[in-house]
Amino acid sequence: MESMEEETPRIGVFVCHCGINIGGVVNVPEVVEYAKKLPCVVYAEENLYTCSSEGISKIKEGIAKYNLNRVIVASCTPRTHEPLFRGACEEAGVNKYLFEMANIRDQCSWAHMHEPEGATEKAKDLVRMAVAKSRLLKPLEEPEIDVTPSALVIGGGISGMTAALCLSNQGFKVHIVEKEPELGGMLGHLYKLYPTMQDASESLNHVVNSVKSNKSIEVLTSTVVKQVKGFIGNFEVTVQKANDETANFEAGTIIVATGAPIFEPVGMYGYGEYDNVITQLRLEQLLKDGQLKKPESVVMIQCVGAREKEGRTYCSRICCMTAIKNALLIKDLHPDTDVYILFRELQTYGKHYEEHYRTAQDKGVKFVKYLQEKSPRVVSGKNGELTVNVYHALLNEELKIGSDLVVLSTPLIQHEDARELSQILKVPLGPDGFFFEVHVKLRPIDFATDGIYVCGTAHSPKDTPESVSQAFGVASRAAIPMALKRLRTEAITAVVHENLCSGCGTCVKLCPYGAIEKDEKGVARVTEVVCKGCGVCAATCPERAIEMRHFTSEQVMAQALAALGRTSA
Amino acid sequence: MTEFEPKIVGFLCNWCAYAGADLAGVSRIQYPPNIRIVRVMCSGRVDPVFILEAFRSGADGVLVAGCHLPSDCHYISGNFKAHRRIMMLKKLLLQFGIEPERLRIEWVSASEGDKFATVIKDMTEEIKKLGPSPLKVQVEGLIYG
Ligand SMILES: Cc1cc2nc3c(=O)[nH]c(=O)nc-3n(C[C@H](O)[C@H](O)[C@H](O)COP(=O)(O)OP(=O)(O)OC[C@H]3O[C@@H](n4cnc5c(N)ncnc54)[C@H](O)[C@@H]3O)c2cc1C
Ligand code: FES
Repeated sequence: MESMEEETPRIGVFVCHCGINIGGVVNVPEVVEYAKKLPCVVYAEENLYTCSSEGISKIKEGIAKYNLNRVIVASCTPRTHEPLFRGACEEAGVNKYLFEMANIRDQCSWAHMHEPEGATEKAKDLVRMAVAKSRLLKPLEEPEIDVTPSALVIGGGISGMTAALCLSNQGFKVHIVEKEPELGGMLGHLYKLYPTMQDASESLNHVVNSVKSNKSIEVLTSTVVKQVKGFIGNFEVTVQKANDETANFEAGTIIVATGAPIFEPVGMYGYGEYDNVITQLRLEQLLKDGQLKKPESVVMIQCVGAREKEGRTYCSRICCMTAIKNALLIKDLHPDTDVYILFRELQTYGKHYEEHYRTAQDKGVKFVKYLQEKSPRVVSGKNGELTVNVYHALLNEELKIGSDLVVLSTPLIQHEDARELSQILKVPLGPDGFFFEVHVKLRPIDFATDGIYVCGTAHSPKDTPESVSQAFGVASRAAIPMALKRLRTEAITAVVHENLCSGCGTCVKLCPYGAIEKDEKGVARVTEVVCKGCGVCAATCPERAIEMRHFTSEQVMAQALAALGRTSA
Repeated sequence: MTEFEPKIVGFLCNWCAYAGADLAGVSRIQYPPNIRIVRVMCSGRVDPVFILEAFRSGADGVLVAGCHLPSDCHYISGNFKAHRRIMMLKKLLLQFGIEPERLRIEWVSASEGDKFATVIKDMTEEIKKLGPSPLKVQVEGLIYG
């Protein structure tokens, strides 16, 4: 057990208004007055924004002035803001594990916006619960670990390669694992890229060559990741080649850059039935290979299988510009070919994108708005000629457009094997199937798991400039721990009270990480850096001989019982 | 008499369920304020003693929520262990005269704010119908009777 000087808790409580986010629902002054009366609370105040630099100074001042040795902030969620407040405590000389948060915004004011009284009562309870836990908190130290200065990049498309080059430029070793036989990803299949209209191969080849000639980047093609063990700084990676051969290496950080394939719209608008109904991706290939025979009339249909009421509800973000790009390319080749773009809404949101839209209009590309509930129909005549019937919302009439090439704009979707990868890495997929970041605004390219990051279309549909920006982003995120070389790990690990342990071995069997073994005395012993702190052992030990640091039974129970108005000693 | 407002204690794992509860708020999905959430690292941390003590101290319901089965648990299999334990506890509760419906285990991912809100709405409704916990009535009887 830790030997620590027991000092009487002196708790300071800082209750945040979060502008009107909390204060507009919860009666913050009432919560502050309530907090002042709780046991061991020596100081309480309200802040407009506790996370602002002013709020942070208030915490530090409070610690100095009232000799606080415990701090509670009642505000948003520890998942985003605990590190900030812990930092403030540390700077003012309070061990960061003596900090506790009460979540009175995300789990209170925002969820009970029309029940100010109920929300205020709940906020008081949450503060009381935090105080109950805070009184029992113990200062903890975080063990230090070494970080392997090497990254694993999964996916060798433009995003993965860009991230790899960036990391290698900073002096780190990189393994790129690509499941296909070639590097390049989607760009390898495209013709020209908006907004510059450069050849996709031109931008791509340059990057592929830099990667291949880079000595610190090892490229493993026709290879997938089979297993990942360990934790930030010390991942043990097993990969498998197409010939079933496996290999192992270590990585300090992992970048997910697996991209996204397109949705194949089989059964929609005659796709799979008529040869001249194709996807934008197929059109790119035809243009690239110079195989597009001059069409008389091209009809492009947008949002095919995207922005649906259920299922793929999202906008694929690249399709409007892809259609405009390819319409312009066809017009350049064959100025007298009619090109129609049937759209629901047109999103030309990026730098120089609106200009392309205007150029397309000037060059005679016809834009027709259709309604989701009256989507176009593709019908085939006797001789295989196609007609696209579309209800023109503005003219209030049905147009019949003869067409010898129908091009469907379909969304990017997640790979079928992504779920398997998400399970190997223990990182989540979101409701739309794409890899899910920990916080959309504050940590948009991090996973909740330390040391694993995501970029490019693996994360959500986006175009090349956006993918590349994210690739730079993940490279610098991953470089931080690797440049530091040593990291502090979680202090939240299991401890065995040897005198209580009967040596039954239940925990040894249950620990998912093999972090517990029996020592020479026949009692359980925890290897701290391997322990992840899940607490399964503590919850199962028949002798109650295992304690989870920072979530001790005493602490968790005090917090839970405080919710019921019962105060434990 | 005012309507019975149940007190529910929720033990939520940090990685999925607690994040899902945050997302419910971020998405401004409304649910009744009857739940008091205790964050634990994994649903597998929840010791049966925590639950029994909560009931003994007057909880009308206890929720344990974690990452989806089979394999979303951040710690590989803590959710399975939690599931087994809760199923056993439900039987035990019955012997104490507590309706097993008062104890729930639910899987809520970080992206399921709507599911979290639905779980809380359902559970609050269900416990309102059941009325105050029989144990609470006994405990209060002991204190005030
Ligand atoms: C029809 C079409 C037209 C487009 N036109 C343009 C345009 O004009 N301009 C523009 O800016 N953008 C355009 N885009 C978007 C562009 O293709 C993407 O932004 C870009 O390819 C994203 O790069 P990425 O590296 O993130 O993903 P990808 O290019 O998809 O690369 C991902 C790589 O990861 C590999 N991989 C997948 N799963 C695994 C796994 N489990 N293990 C190992 N490797 C794996 C894949 O094989 C692939 O090589 C277009 C897209 C489409 C579909
Ligand atoms: S971490 Fe969520 S259940 Fe284990």
